[in-house]
Amino acid sequence: MHPELHEHGPEEVPHTHPDPGVDPHEPLHAGPRALRIGIGGPVGSGKTALVAALCRALGEELRLAVVTNDIYTTEDADFLLRNGVLPAERIRAVETGCCPHTAIRDDISANLDAVEDLEATLGPLDLVLVESGGDNLTATFSKGLIDQQIFVVDVSGGDKVPRKGGPGVTTADLLVINKTDLAPMVGADLAVMDRDAKARRHELPTVFLSLAEDKAATPVADWIRGLIAARTDAAVVS
Amino acid sequence: MSLATLLLLADGRLPSGGHAHSGGLEPQISAGRVRDVTGLEGFLHGKLATSGLVAAAFAAATCADVRRCGELDAGMDARTPSPALRKASRAQGRALLRAGRAMWPVSPHTGREPHQPVALGALAAAAGLQPLEAAVAAAHGVTTGTASAGVRLLGLDPYAVHALLARLAPVCDRIAAQAADRCGDAVDDLPAAGAPLLDIGAEHHATWEVRLFAS
Repeated sequence: MHPELHEHGPEEVPHTHPDPGVDPHEPLHAGPRALRIGIGGPVGSGKTALVAALCRALGEELRLAVVTNDIYTTEDADFLLRNGVLPAERIRAVETGCCPHTAIRDDISANLDAVEDLEATLGPLDLVLVESGGDNLTATFSKGLIDQQIFVVDVSGGDKVPRKGGPGVTTADLLVINKTDLAPMVGADLAVMDRDAKARRHELPTVFLSLAEDKAATPVADWIRGLIAARTDAAVVS
Repeated sequence: MSLATLLLLADGRLPSGGHAHSGGLEPQISAGRVRDVTGLEGFLHGKLATSGLVAAAFAAATCADVRRCGELDAGMDARTPSPALRKASRAQGRALLRAGRAMWPVSPHTGREPHQPVALGALAAAAGLQPLEAAVAAAHGVTTGTASAGVRLLGLDPYAVHALLARLAPVCDRIAAQAADRCGDAVDDLPAAGAPLLDIGAEHHATWEVRLFAS
């Protein structure tokens, strides 16, 4: 007697079947896996709002799913559900045991499990957004988890943030400077932030964003569309 | 056997998902049963004598004969009455397998999401380790993972906690030896010590709206 394990929904208690018989599940698809984009940044910079905006902007044109990493509880996943930007089965919440950076960089197992479960239950996907729990300027994603990473800072953290650098600002594939609408109120100089970001990041792109004014996060959604198109072209060539 | 390989398997830095779990400590802290290093010491002694012994025995038994993975896994289910703890154990088993498969040729007998001690025993076998070593790694992991959660949750003095872990090391060895002695026993005869408060705590914890650890 060899009890076989099988897939379970997130709420279902895992169990074994003493007499498994035929596996009722479809085989995993053999196609290319989804493009995985990590979204990191300090607490309150607008990561979850950006994810919600991207779901609204891209949800119709791409097969999309989201993994959230809260420092505790499932607040961010709940926010996405409440805002109705994506159906519940397309959102997974990973719990990180006080260490959001560990779960996206040093021990990525729970996030990989979540991404693979999404692809196993939903079928082939074009894009998986992995949102980090709010952390500090050193938080970056492992290349074993994601293909490209976005780092989100906001102007109300002060216009010196790009100058301070750190791995998030320096190495992210896209730097998003959010809440530009607040710049006059907090005395942040966007020109200074742009200059410092260029100095820190050389050729890597930086975009300015105000999610309050641009609810579709247009420059970020366009950047992602470019990545998807490049992948499709590469697949056609190869 | 290779001592360095054993250290690798037992290293808390192994990317095997353990950092998100408190080993049942978070609900006991919340209930006020563990407040300081003395409380943590009592908690860890209790864990070692119960779920620690069971984990060590099942890791050793799996290491001794990985073809028994299926029945040992069912034996772990029978010894884990709390659905939340079953889920936590399987999540950690799956994560451990992911790390192990990158390191050694792990037996396919484990299935996809085995209980954590079964995964640990299968990894130990694949790494060329002996049942006693698998048991030591299991007992050691039970104490260090939980102690680390205590440091994070209560802000305990890390030196005091490591002094406690040093005092517990001989206990881990003793429990592991006891477990490994029985690694060839029938599954039903393997240790089945339980800690009801761990099960009850885990079930409460799973319903919390705000928690720092997954279990």
